Amino acid sequence: MLTIDRATYDAIVAHAKRDHPDEACGIVAGPEGSDRPERLVEMVNAAGSPTFYEFDSTELLELYKEMWDRDEEPVVVYHSHTATEAYPSRTDIGLASEPGAHYVLVSTREHGNNEGPVEFRSYRIIDGEVTEEEVAVVPALHLS
Amino acid sequence: MAIEVRIPTILRTYTGGAKAVNGDGASLSALIDDLEANHPGIKERLIEGDDLRRFVNVYINDEDVRFIGGLEAELSDGDQVVVLPAVAGGAG
Repeated sequence: MLTIDRATYDAIVAHAKRDHPDEACGIVAGPEGSDRPERLVEMVNAAGSPTFYEFDSTELLELYKEMWDRDEEPVVVYHSHTATEAYPSRTDIGLASEPGAHYVLVSTREHGNNEGPVEFRSYRIIDGEVTEEEVAVVPALHLS
Repeated sequence: MAIEVRIPTILRTYTGGAKAVNGDGASLSALIDDLEANHPGIKERLIEGDDLRRFVNVYINDEDVRFIGGLEAELSDGDQVVVLPAVAGGAG
């Protein structure tokens, strides 16, 4: 199960809506081994595409170095699908490289940049196998 | 000659869980062969055909090797190498 606080959840949704029709992407870092998504980092989609996302390689290195300095790891890796459901594509599965992370998919296909609900789903992707998991949105992580 | 190589989580199965290992080599290509000798199987995860895999990033002293010669990029004692899988995907 992914447990995430309301503010971080809302920020991921807002990022996805803002970048629609391109895919939005980012991570939520947390202390190593904690499984607590605490620090949202919005990333630029270097592909700038409605059907693909990729972190810029230089920004990727900066991000990881920062996490190593803080003893963090990517607890959540998120991106949006803008015309399809919030389910990992074959590309997503083939490229998933953080076996410890929750892969969050947001779909903006229904309301695009506008107000309205989005699909927000979370998965484990390990060795090509996808397992959907429950998402618990809590007021704040320290209360959970 | 010692070059520290930072190993991403997904490749630590090849390094017995180690986050970083030491290697040798005057070029990235030679370093990867040296890693393969000590951690069999890792090369195939880094290289496809004659080149680095498209979705594997390798940095030497913070420079993406794609900008400094790819597999032919030169290495010296004390250099730091980081391997990071791309974070990428999409609806395709």
